[in-house]
Amino acid sequence: MTAEATAVTVRERRPAGFSLADNERWLWPAMLAPAILYIVLLVGFPFFLSLYYSLTDVTVGGRELHFVGLKNFEEIINSNTFWLALRNSVILTVISQACVLILANILAQALSANFPGKWFVRFLILLPWVAPIALGSIGWLWIFDSIYSVINWTGRAIGVLGPNDWPIWLGEPKLAMASIIIVQVWRILPLATVIILAGLSSIPQDIHDAAAVDGAGMWRRYFEITAPLIRPITLVALLFGIVFTFTDMIVVFVLTRGGPYDQTQVLASWAYFTGIQGGDLAGGAAISLFLFPVLAAVAILFLRLARRTEVL
Amino acid sequence: MATVEARAIHKEFGDVHAVDGIDLLAKEGEFLVLLGPSGCGKTTLMRMIAGLERPTAGDIIIGGEVVTHLPPRARNIAMVFQSYALYPHLTVERNISFPLRAAGMPREQIKAKVEWAARMFGIQRFLDRKPRQLSGGERQRVALARAVVREPVVFLLDEPLSNLDAKLRNSARDELKQLQRGLGTTMIYVTHDQAEAMGLGDRIAVLNQGRIYQIGTPQEIYRAPANVFTATFIGSPPMNLIEEGSGYIGFRPEDFLPRDIEANGNSVTFPFRVTRIEYLGAERLVYGVIEGRSPETHAISRIPTMLRTEIAAGQVYDFNVREQDIARFDRATGNSLNGSGR
Repeated sequence: MTAEATAVTVRERRPAGFSLADNERWLWPAMLAPAILYIVLLVGFPFFLSLYYSLTDVTVGGRELHFVGLKNFEEIINSNTFWLALRNSVILTVISQACVLILANILAQALSANFPGKWFVRFLILLPWVAPIALGSIGWLWIFDSIYSVINWTGRAIGVLGPNDWPIWLGEPKLAMASIIIVQVWRILPLATVIILAGLSSIPQDIHDAAAVDGAGMWRRYFEITAPLIRPITLVALLFGIVFTFTDMIVVFVLTRGGPYDQTQVLASWAYFTGIQGGDLAGGAAISLFLFPVLAAVAILFLRLARRTEVL
Repeated sequence: MATVEARAIHKEFGDVHAVDGIDLLAKEGEFLVLLGPSGCGKTTLMRMIAGLERPTAGDIIIGGEVVTHLPPRARNIAMVFQSYALYPHLTVERNISFPLRAAGMPREQIKAKVEWAARMFGIQRFLDRKPRQLSGGERQRVALARAVVREPVVFLLDEPLSNLDAKLRNSARDELKQLQRGLGTTMIYVTHDQAEAMGLGDRIAVLNQGRIYQIGTPQEIYRAPANVFTATFIGSPPMNLIEEGSGYIGFRPEDFLPRDIEANGNSVTFPFRVTRIEYLGAERLVYGVIEGRSPETHAISRIPTMLRTEIAAGQVYDFNVREQDIARFDRATGNSLNGSGR
């Protein structure tokens, strides 16, 4: 026999049901396309459009559009309201997120324990997150109402408020800010709780048991073991909270409309009132762009921190 | 050093009786092994001794003091977990010093203690590392150092060797035994590995279904099993069991030998049809059926390789067991009829 006779003919075999799912050359672009399309259309395009608008004098309903350079930004920086709104945004975010962090930790600790009806309590706690913000804010509008305020009536009934005390929650600048902070805490708390709860459940029970046997009391267990172990995921929760609070305009819009006298205006709401209600689209775009560097910096910082503190 | 006692301990999880009335006493300085299949309640019993689980009924007594309702930190015990449970975010040094810091010891003293413990386990060079940078054997040493450092009255060890590879496990076993001898501390050790139990334990408590089936020295457990469960659970391969009359007779594979080797006067002879032979280096395991019995009765003989008797599969041979090596069990209760010990 010759060598040729023993040689095996090699053929390329194609499976019967050959389809796109088997083709790696086309599969990954096909899978990625929807996500990329989504980002380009709904994030990228509006972002660049507002960049462009902020450099013009475009108005709502206006037909003409002239390039004006950095004039819009100049005007904003010279306006008192901008500094007020920026300060309010920062105060609102810092105070509300500090409260969220503390409350979410307490709540998550309580919810990680075993008790009957746990799923129902978890469901109740998640509700504010699932409900539309506008709907919840309208509920709060009634709670803070100047005449019907549940807080005031309850306070008077149990004797906390005297006959001459009747706080006008949304009418006094400090109380109005406090009201907005309360609603933001109420809104962000469920998400933060659920995220921290997930972090807690990722700690093996053995670690808690070891700490208990090693003689650590409740506080030491929390601050030396639990808190450092959930730090990365807590930072993620905090990042979400900061972004959601800093960019939110609905709560301010529903509760105070930035009043009294712009005293509770935040960047997002001021951008809306200027750009949409005031018709100065270019000015609104420029204001909203001030949100961007702050948020980008926060996001980068937190993701870095989270990676550095990752332990497991 | 202290005695550890469990008195009529029960633990129920819903309808499940995890621990079903256990009385146990670990003597001062004793190495007591809790041995049993998974789900037998051994870990639950240990967790109750540690205070991590509260018994449904009964009392835990450590050093003559009832501690049933005390939290773990008030019991002065140390525990080594199967997973080691090292604190992943702390350095080895901070891990070892954790119990001391929790006890509020002055800093200078902590430093000296950590050094002492680290030297004992040869882990001084790892003190600045995090647990994830250590190998399994090194982690186990850190866990032991953390347990030893505050000189507890009792050590509890929950399968501390099961995450090590076979070779490391042997050396770790040896070190553990020496450590216990050196410290003289009472040690309670949970395992499902009978080789570990036999090698380490001063006494072994054999657990099954939440109860203690037998408690005794390794020799007693092996040579004089108190019941069918212990007889078949201990030993690899386990004791051969043959139905006879109103009960069972049992004998160890190494006592079941060809007649020309084991030809002493007072023996019982069985015709043994060999079906398969396993050559394991130092010994042969001969599998087969004892002839003339129904239902078919399987048995195993373990023959040291130095006994070079010719045996082939498919043949029938006479195998002998010395009368004194035969154990007898009651069929209904499964308990030994030999009386206590031989």
